[in-house]
Amino acid sequence: MKHIKTINKENLKETVKKGGCGECQASCQSACKTSCTVANQKCEK
Amino acid sequence: MIHTYKLNGYFIALDVCSGAVHILDEITYDVLNLLDKNMSENCPEAVIDALKQYSEEDIKSAYEEIYSLYKDGLLFSEDGYEPFAEMMGPAPIKSMCLNIAHDCNLRCGYCFASQGDFGHGRKLMTFETGKKAIDFLLENSGTRHNLELDFFGGEPLMNFEVVKQIVEYARSKEKEYNKNFRFTITTNGLLLNDSNIEYINKEMSNVVLSLDGRKEINDKLRFRADKTGCYDSIVPKYQKLVETRGDKDYYVRGTFTKYNLDFAEDVKHFHDLGFVHTSIEPVVLDENIEYSLTEDDLPRIFEEYERLAEYIIDLKKRGEPFNFFHFMIDLDQGPCAIKRLRGCSCGNEYVCITPDEDIYPCHQFVGDENFKMGNLSDGKIDMNMKTVFSKANIYSKESCKNCWARFYCSGGCNANNYQFNKDIHVPTNLTCELERKRVECAIMIKAALS
Repeated sequence: MKHIKTINKENLKETVKKGGCGECQASCQSACKTSCTVANQKCEK
Repeated sequence: MIHTYKLNGYFIALDVCSGAVHILDEITYDVLNLLDKNMSENCPEAVIDALKQYSEEDIKSAYEEIYSLYKDGLLFSEDGYEPFAEMMGPAPIKSMCLNIAHDCNLRCGYCFASQGDFGHGRKLMTFETGKKAIDFLLENSGTRHNLELDFFGGEPLMNFEVVKQIVEYARSKEKEYNKNFRFTITTNGLLLNDSNIEYINKEMSNVVLSLDGRKEINDKLRFRADKTGCYDSIVPKYQKLVETRGDKDYYVRGTFTKYNLDFAEDVKHFHDLGFVHTSIEPVVLDENIEYSLTEDDLPRIFEEYERLAEYIIDLKKRGEPFNFFHFMIDLDQGPCAIKRLRGCSCGNEYVCITPDEDIYPCHQFVGDENFKMGNLSDGKIDMNMKTVFSKANIYSKESCKNCWARFYCSGGCNANNYQFNKDIHVPTNLTCELERKRVECAIMIKAALS
């Protein structure tokens, strides 16, 4: 493409199929303890 | 739904529901901002008429690329996740905050825990209570393999012998129950010494080290009962811990207030001290306190997040490793969509235990009797309350439903929502504005480094 560069490969919709195992970390436990950012958590699969 | 923005010279479009991130040229950005989800194959005349500064040929060429992404489901994709949220209900508990000490050797001005005792007197957790907490977690974690246990306070190092006993007890149960415990500890650093540093680096998968940044900033609000600041005592200990940490996680974590709206300087200071994994959080306080953050501070804070983002881009381009917690976003292998629907899952998958054996949805609710979910003495918890928390998701929160950042923040902090709005489903605008800005910066950093 000349005008657009897409920088990610994964489509969030695809993750529904394998998702929801519940094994990943509670977001609040990682560093913040006061405010949430879930999108920086690691997937365990 | 899409979100478009300009930042640091980049034109960025986020397709909210697929998570696709596109870097655009200026003409494509202008064309896209005139479109909505009802696209057709040919560029509408109205778009061509509205953008007289560009040639028709260029507009059509930009439109063609936009349309191609639209057909591939990477622009204006539909939100199909709500049915999954509706199916959500109570889940196994797999994450626990152990308030190992309701006591603290600092008297930080902004402490949410009433200077360590959570408003209920200074107490230390006994090993017997810790043991009961582990048994409770083992019994309530169903088939979840990974269990998280955060030693929190107050200051957990004030009760470190019990921390060690609890770790040993939990480890002794791992095989029998087919569980993997991940321990973390959050400390103010005053009581760190060679022996507990060695233990922490061996047993804790993550350690959170509290420090607000520059000495004068840190010592202004992080001080002992005699008002002396802690910077000089803790920094060498943190450096020692980090030097011998190996590849295990740690965060040097600070809080910023109205006193340091130039908090990028504090993050730079972390870097100067040799710390790589960092976080600095906006203080959460009643707005009547002189150093609390208010909506009037937002333009200045936004500017500062942008400065910080530019600083991090510069470091990364020079090949220097550096992480700022709120700018970490994995666009390809981050959490699944299901995880993103309800955030921390406090009161459902995550609970907090006090030295009195009370069970609360999380550490932030401790001390509020209305949120006492149960007690370890009988191990029963209030299922109605657990159900309410299990159903708190981005679709049950009116202001999250149509927010472009909903799959990044996942509905905000339920405790903060309650603190300010008396409803776990109603986020505060200040927090939301900050979160959106951080996500914009995080994505821009990805664009700059792509």
